[in-house]
Amino acid sequence: MDIPKAHLVDMYETMVRIRRFEERIRELYFADKLPAFDIAAGLIPGEMHLAAGQEPVAVGMRPHLHPGDAITATHRPHHVAIAQGVDLNKMAAEIFGRETGLGHGKGGHMHLFSVEPNFGCSGIIGEGMPVAVGAAMAFKARGTGNIALSYFGEGAANQGAFHESLNLAALWKLPVVFICEDNAYAISVPKASSTAIPDNSDRASAYGIPGVLVPENDPVAVYEVMGAAMDRARRGDGPSLIEIKTDRLWGHFEGDADAYRSDEFKEDMNDRDPLVAFGKRLVEEGVLSEAEQAAIKEKEYATVEAAIAFALASPYPAPEAALNHVFA
Amino acid sequence: MTTMTDRKLTMQKAIAEGIAQEMAVDPSVFVMGEDVGVYGGIFGATEGLLDKFGPERVIDTPISETGFIGAAVGAAINGMRPIVELMFVDFFGVCMDQIYNNMAKIHYFSGGNIKVPAVLTTAVGGGYSDAGQHSQTLWGLFAHLPGLKVVVPSSAYDAKGLMISAIRDDNPVMYMFHKGALGLGWMVNNPHATGPVPEESYTVPIGKARVAREGTDVTIVTVGLSVHKALDAAALLEADGVSAEIIDLRSLVPLDREAIVASVQKTHRLLVVDEDYQSFGMSGEVITTAVQGAFDYLDAPPVRVATPDIPIPYSHPLETWTLPSVDRIVAAVTEMVSG
Repeated sequence: MDIPKAHLVDMYETMVRIRRFEERIRELYFADKLPAFDIAAGLIPGEMHLAAGQEPVAVGMRPHLHPGDAITATHRPHHVAIAQGVDLNKMAAEIFGRETGLGHGKGGHMHLFSVEPNFGCSGIIGEGMPVAVGAAMAFKARGTGNIALSYFGEGAANQGAFHESLNLAALWKLPVVFICEDNAYAISVPKASSTAIPDNSDRASAYGIPGVLVPENDPVAVYEVMGAAMDRARRGDGPSLIEIKTDRLWGHFEGDADAYRSDEFKEDMNDRDPLVAFGKRLVEEGVLSEAEQAAIKEKEYATVEAAIAFALASPYPAPEAALNHVFA
Repeated sequence: MTTMTDRKLTMQKAIAEGIAQEMAVDPSVFVMGEDVGVYGGIFGATEGLLDKFGPERVIDTPISETGFIGAAVGAAINGMRPIVELMFVDFFGVCMDQIYNNMAKIHYFSGGNIKVPAVLTTAVGGGYSDAGQHSQTLWGLFAHLPGLKVVVPSSAYDAKGLMISAIRDDNPVMYMFHKGALGLGWMVNNPHATGPVPEESYTVPIGKARVAREGTDVTIVTVGLSVHKALDAAALLEADGVSAEIIDLRSLVPLDREAIVASVQKTHRLLVVDEDYQSFGMSGEVITTAVQGAFDYLDAPPVRVATPDIPIPYSHPLETWTLPSVDRIVAAVTEMVSG
């Protein structure tokens, strides 16, 4: 691996942090919804879309990010937000609906917005793609040297917003990288039942921009492809479309019976868990020993616990605060 | 008319049964939308249909609402009766042009020559901390647009009968089911969500309100899950000696103005409970109807309990404060009758 060791370590640490965050959110999400699952009940009510397994798509771009770069993510946003460095305490507090959260409890887990770093996401499929185009327009007009990254699922590539955004970004040669997280299922609908061609990266040719497929759910492969695409955007050579084959280890949302994916599919998926695979590889290549990885886990677990403790110690907003922030 | 029955169904199962019965007798009926097949609909409205009718008639679509809702329009004007699902009404933004510039207007533009017999089903409503992109009702928005019928069932019986009516209707019908009224296993248990449903096919006419509870002191006009809240509030008010009549509109378009006026003429007071945003919506329309039709009968200014004009917030205390509740209904009625 011809990659600076610091970058490999950083990617591993971030993967551990993301996975731990998702595990703890999952535990707390279910902690008080029993015996009968009630989506409205508990410390974390509402839908919860967790990204365990999709860490590589997020951490691979992280070493190439500059301050001020913008990211738009999806309804499954935690991994990308954490990789970009969104304040973990405020993010946790938002997910727990607290006054100290990123949006003072107004947005919740699908609507996390951060000014610094410049992060946004949405519960609507494909909604972030035109926004990333606009961010890139602003960076170009203001000469900031920044770029925009737009994350979306393979299901979103069949939305009009995908095609319109690609065309605009290509037409105006904007500094955007479009990143398709292909986890093979749009809720229950497999890609083969939703998409006319196997790889969305091939759709780039319709707009005259590079389209690159990353066939493995591996942070190093993502690092290399994203590095090239982000450099290209930063140089002023225009947008790229990247498709990364990844895995959603858990259901579409927590509480999803996940009956639409076969046991065999799920077994194979769990066997190739990217966090386990990357950890093994780092040992084999002499980058991080098992003891060093254990120390990283301890540190990252503590970071996650601190964020959750911060959230749980924070007050709920006053009910009437619902009226605030409608207009500037 | 239908026979009485002891069989009870949830509203979700009643909707799926209504669709299945129409599909069985009318080969032009088909279903499409996201996760309507293998999954059975995220809210179960198409449960079991794929097994019964196969993938030619129960079609899982890509996430392409403009495409497949527009396709429903095309199919409807060419001999089919599509039922097309917009998973959450909040997602209307990606496909509104096909709904309001196409589906709703073609019959008018054609001078009545072309019919668009499509049913657009969609899930509405909040109360479970899904935040502002998955919790709206928005029926006022669709009712505002000429050319769409807008149906909102609140009981299992009505849900089946209104679905069958919607499928047979030669107009585009927006069929909006409230997530909290469906009787889903993963939502808070709502005893009103289950009720008697005859096994045979039957219709409930679109445009006729239902008196969900008779009373004499105040009329509560409402729709959807708020009917259940109004019933709970009425039980509490009765203990205080206040008799509330509840009008379940069942559809916003057509609006049963006669039922509103008749009830207000009887009770002399009007409260509108609307989970939609307060301004420029259903509550204003109902009050206008009452003022025009029963002005001399009113003993108090009409009052409304609605969602204030703010996006629906995520955090539990914020959302609870925002949405109409039993407490807010009781307080509003109590103030009105004591004033």
